[in-house]
Amino acid sequence: MIDLETTLAIALLVSLTFYVLMAGADFGAGIWHLLAHGPSRRDQHHLIGEAIGPIWEANHVWLILIVTILFTAFPTAYAQISVTLHIPLTLLVIGIVLRGSAYAFRHYDIRHDELHVRWDQLFALASLISPFLLGIIIGAITAGSFPISPESFFEGYLSNWLQPFPLAMGLLALVFFAYLAAVYLILETQDSSLQEIFRKRAITAAICAGLLGEIVFFLGQEGASYLWGDMTNSLWGGLIIFGTVVFTVASVRFLFTRHYWWARTCAILQVILTIWAWGLAQFPYLVPPYLTIYSASSPAITLQFMVIALIVGACLLFPSLYYLFRIFKEDSILGLKHAPKKPADT
Amino acid sequence: MAMSLGFHIIFAMVSMAMPLLMVIAEWQWLKTGQEVYLTVAKRWAKGAAIFFAVGAVSGTVLSFQLGLLWPAFMAWAGPIIGLAFSIEGFAFFTEAIFLGIYLYGWQKVSPNAHLAAGMVVAVSGIISGVVVVMANGWMNTPRGFTLVDGIPSNIDPIAALLNPSGLLQAPHMILAAFAAVGFAVAGIHAFLLLRHPDHPFHQTAFTIAAAVGCISALLQPLSGDFLAKRVAEFQPMKLAVFEGQVHTQKGAPFRLGGIWNSDKEMFDYVLEIPYALSLMLHLDPQGEVQGFKDFPKEHWPPIGLVRTAFQIMVFIGISMMFLALWATCLVFMKKNIFQSKAFLKAMVFATPLGFLATECGWVATEVGRQPWIVVGYVKTAEAVTPMPGLNIPLVFFAGLYTFLAFIVVWLMLRHVAATPGQFEMNPRTNLTALT
Repeated sequence: MIDLETTLAIALLVSLTFYVLMAGADFGAGIWHLLAHGPSRRDQHHLIGEAIGPIWEANHVWLILIVTILFTAFPTAYAQISVTLHIPLTLLVIGIVLRGSAYAFRHYDIRHDELHVRWDQLFALASLISPFLLGIIIGAITAGSFPISPESFFEGYLSNWLQPFPLAMGLLALVFFAYLAAVYLILETQDSSLQEIFRKRAITAAICAGLLGEIVFFLGQEGASYLWGDMTNSLWGGLIIFGTVVFTVASVRFLFTRHYWWARTCAILQVILTIWAWGLAQFPYLVPPYLTIYSASSPAITLQFMVIALIVGACLLFPSLYYLFRIFKEDSILGLKHAPKKPADT
Repeated sequence: MAMSLGFHIIFAMVSMAMPLLMVIAEWQWLKTGQEVYLTVAKRWAKGAAIFFAVGAVSGTVLSFQLGLLWPAFMAWAGPIIGLAFSIEGFAFFTEAIFLGIYLYGWQKVSPNAHLAAGMVVAVSGIISGVVVVMANGWMNTPRGFTLVDGIPSNIDPIAALLNPSGLLQAPHMILAAFAAVGFAVAGIHAFLLLRHPDHPFHQTAFTIAAAVGCISALLQPLSGDFLAKRVAEFQPMKLAVFEGQVHTQKGAPFRLGGIWNSDKEMFDYVLEIPYALSLMLHLDPQGEVQGFKDFPKEHWPPIGLVRTAFQIMVFIGISMMFLALWATCLVFMKKNIFQSKAFLKAMVFATPLGFLATECGWVATEVGRQPWIVVGYVKTAEAVTPMPGLNIPLVFFAGLYTFLAFIVVWLMLRHVAATPGQFEMNPRTNLTALT
């Protein structure tokens, strides 16, 4: 029987996985929005706007869920993280606000004029900054060793995240999200020229992600020594590394042969494997080496109610999500080649 | 923090009340088949979408800011009241999912399914509002734990959630949202009706919004009265500050106006209605009302500010109630409401009042809690983050929110201004341009 703390830690990891798979691709789409060029620039923008429109708000609620689980079940860790990583968290929050607002201002406005270009730029820029910060934050938490009584401002609030490892994690998150988004976007359109554009981008991003992954892995031996020793020296660690490499190679191969549905499946599996490997390596630490899911947890009664609330919540959430995606994403998820639907005029 | 909340509260209110208005309009359309109702629902949805999105992101900010600014408070309170935020998280999730369906699904799902999605948005919006307000009520009347050596023990999250303040604050807040949003929307359409009389689009929109706003405004003083009695019972000092009751007194009068004089420790220029306060709180003109001087001075909130905010809220609430009564009279006398220019003008004037009253009520209840963050247990100053240079992010967020508020207002003005030109009464052709 799994204990309450582990159950809630798993819930955290599940939420994080969904957040990366859904909102991560949202951010990635924003990055491609920024990088869109060439004669089909407008079409690319249009495709991105259409693809994320109905689902972006729901995608980002995963983050709120992560924060509330952390805050209720592991309050000490939540407090420690928000003190030490105050600066990147604040910047992340600003990025999220600007991104969402800019998107809303652009797409729900009643008239259309030049100002929309500015909103688009703000949206794209914020899409670039937020995942980078998110990666930094996760990297800094992985590295751990938060100062208990810092002696200087630098030691207390900067030194933990201005390190090679968290910064590399930031870049990795950025590239990973872009990769996911490109692979998703191929299946969002019926237009073969757009598909070709995003196919090339997906291949580039996949290769970059693979290389960066190696760099992060290398830096992690220094920067996150508490956790990564296990990973490099054990059998399961070796299997996981092998697995991610296999999925990357397979995904690139399927992209070359234009088996987009399979390419996307491999990309998703690769992401899931990476996140869960990280979670497994992290276990039972929240912020190594002091805070584990046991030392930072709330009293048992709170955890019990929390688990009940999560179960009830999940029973409502997953059917609703299924309904949402069935309405808007049925074609692209199944990879069906219907006649293109008439695009709505914006 | 206060600023983020003050900003978020407006968007949360719109997200709570607008779905109801949209659902009513859409339901009328399904019932009567008149296109004008559908036009109204679609227009409202388009306008409200901006509020939903900004509300969603400012809500995300809040969930982070709680920790960024009050880490010690959150570590302390998390086990007790965190459950409320988890429920809120799921309610918010449901709201976001069905909002996506509502805004983008006009052509993709059947009309009934669409209407149902709107209802889910409305209900989950209200639930998340209720839960958050109950969590806030807990800060005023903490329950569900006992302190053992300074550490909260014997935690009961359900008792914490069902605290006495929260249970009555929640309906007060919901009614406030419905009244404020109803009046605001009705006010905008009243303004346009004065410019374009007999425009069926605005007449329909005005009727729905005003009906919701007026019914809530009539119920609100009742809910306020219940709440005041509860505050008198559990937080007598706060009530004394609200009502300007300096000394304990039998047969206390109800005081209007007044400026706090901190040197003399009394109010200047007060208008008194004899025995009214005792009568209100205890249903007995001789009932005793405690004054705040009975309590140690270091536990007083900023008296002038709290009292003024409370007074403004009550004054606006009563004005809105009279406006609602006026509307009721017009309806009962079977007059055409749109013929009364004076009434429409009054409604235009009332557009921002509900929001103003809510902000004042919020200031009254939150500042009235100071110097405590959890009344009787943790002081605000003890809970703040140790990080130095906090002014920088605070000033930055102030600037950011001012900017966003400015943009939202400007977009809404465009929205309103676009109405008559694009809305000749041929909604079918125009609707495609909207979606």
